[in-house]
Amino acid sequence: MKNKKPLAENQMFVAVLASVISIAVGLLFGYILLLVLNPAKAGIGMTAMLTTGFSSLDQFGKVLYQSAPLMLCGLSVGFAFKTGMFNIGATGQYTIGAFCALLGAIAFQLPWWACLILSLIGGAIWGIFPGLFKALFNVNEVITSIMFNWIGMFLVNLLLANMPIMLASAWGASNSDRTANLAQANPGAIIPKGGLDRLFGNSSWINISVFIAMLVAVICWFILEKTTFGFELKACGYNKEAAKYVGINANRNIVSSMIIAGALSGLGGGLYYLAGTIQYVLEKKTLAMGFNGIPVALLANSNPIGTIFSSLFISYIQVGGSAMQPNFSSESTDIIIAVIIYLAAFALLMKGVITKVLKGKGSTTQNADSAAEAEKEEKA
Amino acid sequence: MNILANIISLTIVFAVPLMLVALGGMYSERSGVINLALEGIMVIGALCACFTLQSFDKSGFGPAHPQLSMFLAMIIAAVTGMVFSLLLAFAAINLKADQTIGGTALNTFAPAFAVVVTWAVQGQGLTTIQIPSWIRITQENFGLEPGNGFWDMLLFKYFYLTTPVAIVLFFAAWILMYKTRFGLRLRACGEHPQAADSVGINVYRMRYAGVLISGFLAGIGGLAYTIAVGSGFSSSVGGYGFLALAVMIFGNWKPVQILGSAVFFALFKVIAAYNQSIPFLPKFEGMKDQSSLYQMLPYIVTMIVLIFTSKHSQAPKAEGIPYDKGSR
Repeated sequence: MKNKKPLAENQMFVAVLASVISIAVGLLFGYILLLVLNPAKAGIGMTAMLTTGFSSLDQFGKVLYQSAPLMLCGLSVGFAFKTGMFNIGATGQYTIGAFCALLGAIAFQLPWWACLILSLIGGAIWGIFPGLFKALFNVNEVITSIMFNWIGMFLVNLLLANMPIMLASAWGASNSDRTANLAQANPGAIIPKGGLDRLFGNSSWINISVFIAMLVAVICWFILEKTTFGFELKACGYNKEAAKYVGINANRNIVSSMIIAGALSGLGGGLYYLAGTIQYVLEKKTLAMGFNGIPVALLANSNPIGTIFSSLFISYIQVGGSAMQPNFSSESTDIIIAVIIYLAAFALLMKGVITKVLKGKGSTTQNADSAAEAEKEEKA
Repeated sequence: MNILANIISLTIVFAVPLMLVALGGMYSERSGVINLALEGIMVIGALCACFTLQSFDKSGFGPAHPQLSMFLAMIIAAVTGMVFSLLLAFAAINLKADQTIGGTALNTFAPAFAVVVTWAVQGQGLTTIQIPSWIRITQENFGLEPGNGFWDMLLFKYFYLTTPVAIVLFFAAWILMYKTRFGLRLRACGEHPQAADSVGINVYRMRYAGVLISGFLAGIGGLAYTIAVGSGFSSSVGGYGFLALAVMIFGNWKPVQILGSAVFFALFKVIAAYNQSIPFLPKFEGMKDQSSLYQMLPYIVTMIVLIFTSKHSQAPKAEGIPYDKGSR
């Protein structure tokens, strides 16, 4: 904070402003769409989306609970972005992570923390493939990720169908299209609530997962900003050829970055399904949670600390979205999220415009750590 | 024998959307724009076409002129697909945005938009648009007796107007790409836009054309997929847009090979659905849910093929890179 720079030169401020503008435009677009579809109910729908998250402690508990997997998927996508990779495979890694966690919980009766470690490993294994294919065969990681999303989903379905012990039908329930209820199968695998449920008026959603996710976010920030390894990763992201020139093994960094990204998504899957409130249902399409990591990372400009806030925001409007029924479908929030992603696609252009507006013409080079404070205030 | 006829006709009806959409992806990528939004474009095309068919059904125009209605619905699908793809073209070409992120945005938008609109139009909870049954081409259209023989099953069980139109579009796409000046210019923009610009080709216009053609084909592909599935449109095309991307890569960005790989991928989809009743397939005793295994196979095969072909990949050299006139 010693040598204060003009606002226009503060990269962090410009990035946060760009995100806030994206959110505002997204919300406005959503509101206009609702107005077109059902003018009488548009106001009610929008109010439901924007206030439900704070309407009761139970709902706020749900916001926190859902933000944990979102945060990890966002961290995963963001971490890969830092190395110049687009990890659209977060959903596959998330699915495999969820499967490994449930496998540990139900088939091996492990405690919750061991299951989380398993989910971490599962996600990491699924993250190796895009990294390895890129490094060894120069296959675009987007293609590999998309293929492995589907392979992962079908593989999990296949494995679950052939492991009767994993299914709810083996534990006293009648349905065989989902995994066992953890309360019956292994209560020790449910992530502890740590007394938070009493604090949140007996909310069934809340547990310590959101704090685990925040801790992971801080660790990611530390790795990226304070270690040589993180510096090498970012160097590959900025300019792969230059990184190679100064002796950084770009291929090794691509693979390790994707392994870490995969592990993060996998952990997200573990956190979500070990809460005991949700059972994994055998799906015919890939899970949305991993894809929602993309807007989380884009809104946060891939900054791990920013991811905490952007995931809370996305989770907040999603909880609000389910309260829009029956007037509107809960997918209305996805439209807003889509607009936010679309705007983020030309974020560079937008940042340029903001800088110009603030300062005539823009040239930003330096990045101030102290601005992280400003971002916290901005989003909280 | 009837099972064989069934499998062949189903393979054709599922290969049609895959081929159309993959050809669309080919046009976009060979002009230099990665089109990840194929899935979203399919959804929008199918949504608008299904609403069109439904309104024709209610007004009585549809049952009276079934194939004309179907043709109009296909045009609607194509046009709305083109309009939707403009969003990608604008971001990728004018704003020089990240094409994969732009495509992801459209893929997020389309299914959500479809659900919200269907919900608003049909009332809460009714998220499936029913497709009228009169769109199928039957023996009676040709003055033949209905039957259940081999040829009846093969030709007429899943015969829709989309199939002959797709065949016409395949040849049109091939001719446009390889036998016209436009096609040559389009390909040049995907390989080396600076060189194309230096001889007076408008790179921006060519890339717009590439993306719009992909919107046209993917829109029709969305309708073709919905018809193939047969249970109405529920705001999803089941990942076929992504599968079409795999078909395009597997087909090396070339029309004839894309046709072959579309049939190959469709065959696996059909086997996945019918694996119990196909006699010559290996029976994995005691294994449940074998359809997941067969559905997984095309993706795995694609990855294996990519390992061997990526060193000599035919992918357009300049795909995914925004063209900036200033940088040479």
